[in-house]
Amino acid sequence: MIAPDDPPILRVTALAKHYGARAAAIDVSFELWPGEVLAVVGESGSGKTTLLDCVSARQRPDAGRVEFLTRHEGMVDIFALSEAQRRLLARTDWGFVHQNATEGLRMNMSAGANVGERLMALGERNYGRIRQEANDWLARVEMDVARIDETPVTFSGGMRQRLQIARNLVTRPRRVFMDEPTSGLDVSVQARLLDLLRSLTRQLSQAAIIVTHDLAVARLMAHRMIVMKDGRVIEHGLTDQVLDDPQHPYTQLLVSSVLTP
Amino acid sequence: MYVAVKGGERAIENSLALLASQRRGDPQVPELTLQQIREQMRLAVDRVMTEGSVYDEDLAALALKQAAGDTLEAVFLLRAYRATLPRLGYTQAIDTAQMQLARRVSATFKDLPGGQLLGPTYDYTQRLLDFSLAAAAEPPVAPESPMEVEAAAVPRVMDLLAAEGLIEVCQPREGDPAPADLTRDPLHFPADRPTRLQNLARGDEGFLLALGYSTQRGYAHSHPFAAEIRFGRVEIEIEPDELGFAVSIGDIDVTECQMVNQFAGSATELPRFTRGYGLCFGHCERKAMAMALVDRALCAAELGEDVVAPAQMPEFVLSHSDSLEASGFVAHLKLPHYVDFQAELELLRRMRSRDIATAAEAA
Amino acid sequence: MNAPDRSALAPAAYASTWETNFNFAYLDERSKRMIRRAILKAVAIPGYQVPFGSREMPLPYGWGTGGIQVTASIIGPDDVLKVIDQGADDTVNAVNIRRFFQRTTGVRTTESTAAATVIQTRHRIPEVPLSAHQILVYQVPVPEPLQRLEPREVETRRMHGLSEYGLMHVKFYEDIARYGHIVTTYDYPVMVDGRYLMSPSPIPAFDNPKMHMNPALQLFGAGREKRIYAVPPHTAVESLAFDDYPFAPQRWDAVCAICAAADSFLDEVITDDRGGRMHVCSDTDYCRTRQAAAP
Repeated sequence: MIAPDDPPILRVTALAKHYGARAAAIDVSFELWPGEVLAVVGESGSGKTTLLDCVSARQRPDAGRVEFLTRHEGMVDIFALSEAQRRLLARTDWGFVHQNATEGLRMNMSAGANVGERLMALGERNYGRIRQEANDWLARVEMDVARIDETPVTFSGGMRQRLQIARNLVTRPRRVFMDEPTSGLDVSVQARLLDLLRSLTRQLSQAAIIVTHDLAVARLMAHRMIVMKDGRVIEHGLTDQVLDDPQHPYTQLLVSSVLTP
Repeated sequence: MYVAVKGGERAIENSLALLASQRRGDPQVPELTLQQIREQMRLAVDRVMTEGSVYDEDLAALALKQAAGDTLEAVFLLRAYRATLPRLGYTQAIDTAQMQLARRVSATFKDLPGGQLLGPTYDYTQRLLDFSLAAAAEPPVAPESPMEVEAAAVPRVMDLLAAEGLIEVCQPREGDPAPADLTRDPLHFPADRPTRLQNLARGDEGFLLALGYSTQRGYAHSHPFAAEIRFGRVEIEIEPDELGFAVSIGDIDVTECQMVNQFAGSATELPRFTRGYGLCFGHCERKAMAMALVDRALCAAELGEDVVAPAQMPEFVLSHSDSLEASGFVAHLKLPHYVDFQAELELLRRMRSRDIATAAEAA
Repeated sequence: MNAPDRSALAPAAYASTWETNFNFAYLDERSKRMIRRAILKAVAIPGYQVPFGSREMPLPYGWGTGGIQVTASIIGPDDVLKVIDQGADDTVNAVNIRRFFQRTTGVRTTESTAAATVIQTRHRIPEVPLSAHQILVYQVPVPEPLQRLEPREVETRRMHGLSEYGLMHVKFYEDIARYGHIVTTYDYPVMVDGRYLMSPSPIPAFDNPKMHMNPALQLFGAGREKRIYAVPPHTAVESLAFDDYPFAPQRWDAVCAICAAADSFLDEVITDDRGGRMHVCSDTDYCRTRQAAAP
């Protein structure tokens, strides 16, 4: 359980990013605690992907700070670290699940190699152990372990996402980011994948940020959510509160636009 | 009893003798002179000088004779010779605006100051084999030039566009640092534009032509226009330390191509045309044009364009443009590789016998 | 540029002459100095690829110009040079390179590994262990061990700088998953001094153990790719492997048909068109020495 005095695992302060004259993100601030799932919701062009890229160090913001609670050195400004330190964190303590699985996987390598790569990068030198660990993770993400030696080229979209999740979680990162992880998948596949993600993040007590345009995903996955429009955070709070009692007119519009069966 | 193969040294000597004889051909036929090659195989000489990075028509002719007409082999000879030459200094940058023009055309304007000067070109010939060339004939007479063209009367098209602020400005970097010298230092990535241009100038014409062509067929299109192609004579000047001013040491022929390409703008800059640049020794228009197309393509990352095609990838283009490196490495496959092949053979036999055994067990 | 008069330096006993149009060992002194600086840096950082301004040589890129430039920069009039290709002194390329040095230096050449002070080699390490006063110069086609997995130099430079070699291990994992063992048989990557991943050049994996803690200086020259690297004497060189799939170089069931050696790399020679074959030592000097010593 989180104690009231525990520091957040991630703190974003006054983050801003421009592309030419266009402001993609303006004055974004929030905190994230261990074990929490935060949804960043907005339509395309709202700035949510830019925010994710800056907070995950894939892009450098033009203003503001992103601080991460490391295992041994307390809160550090991730952009003050050397590239070597950032890359080490990216391989061990950070996870990033791409919307398009082909970007997050080595498509020409077997499922087992994809899951084992991080372990090998960190010095694991026993083939048997690597294979066993890969096997375990494939099972944990509910994939057929008999396909451990196949490449993701033959996998369905849902399977590729499961593999991507396994590849990221094998080092038990304390912070995971997901960019529309279920978009483009069949509805039934989406539901099962979200269930899996939810139980995994809970089991591993991970802090997760999930970017989505789909309010149902936010409802299912997140404890808290922020709503973005034109680069700004226009509403934030507990997921149920925001979705059941939206304050901002734009949020109200979003909520009311959700198609109900 | 097996006796190991010997006699490599004698085999090589015989090979060289055979080669010399093949190069000379039928001894009844008069031997080619360097002057004949220099005068009548002019364009081959120009290409060899450009890719060999040495402006010396007689040396290039000699290299072509020694190489029996193989341009890559001739380029190799020139480059190897160049590597032994002492470096005396660097010339001033040549000023193509002062070029004594033999040819000057622009596709961007119907008419412009200085006009369209067609000069000697294959562009308007009809490609019909001329059998009259099979026999010696009276040498053709070149037409008189209407007038001596003043350089000032033929301003560069790029300068005209720049005067209106329509073309990107290419300024030297702060402090005007000396460009890298690829004949001395290895290529580093990321490579700046001066380094890239140097690499392209020495690069193989066929390779650059194919890459340039690919940009016209959708592999990173940049809407190019040939703003200006110039061919003619420029002066070479050096500034010896003792003198403190520049003196002319001679002149050379060069071909220059400037392409105008798709405009680009940014948050702080108005949109402007971008440019591609090509330059070579002698009359090598095809090479200069291809070089300009590839130069522009390689600026993609700097201009914020998506890099999607091989012509836009500096590592791909610059690492494979040198004909010496390419032909050397491809040809090296002719060298003995039997030790490594042996290792592969053993492995393959082992794997096959194991698979056959497993299949037999399973059956 | 006039070549200095070398006749006073070379003992009259040396039979061969050299071209007087070129500097000793062909390269000008400035180029040699540039290459030696690169060599010194390489020795100071074992296994690290030092970029250098490779010169156009009279032999083509890809045919040993890197090894030749290294040898040309370190060779002196008192050196004794051996040149081998595939382990043999008499293959055409070795003959050609040896002739080049005879013409441009006049140094004594030998086919005996023990008698040489500088040995330039392509694709083999001599069977006879080397000693502290010897230098082994390897000809390297592709200095970057990761190139076939990641062709971009900007990326591989970063991987070396950050010691991120997971990609190589992933390749070996795939081999074992697919074939049951690692299928790299030559140019087998090694870790030098526990820090840099290095390509040992296309020597067979069989030769890799010879690099470890070798008392000789090992220099590697890649002319076309313009890199020099080194393994100083007595440096740890370990072939990559997994703990449970250790490095296991190949063995033959046969022995050398000429000298009966059971511990050397054997060439397979096809003797007839009915599948007849025999095995002989790849290292011709080793084989000849054993033959001469046999009772």
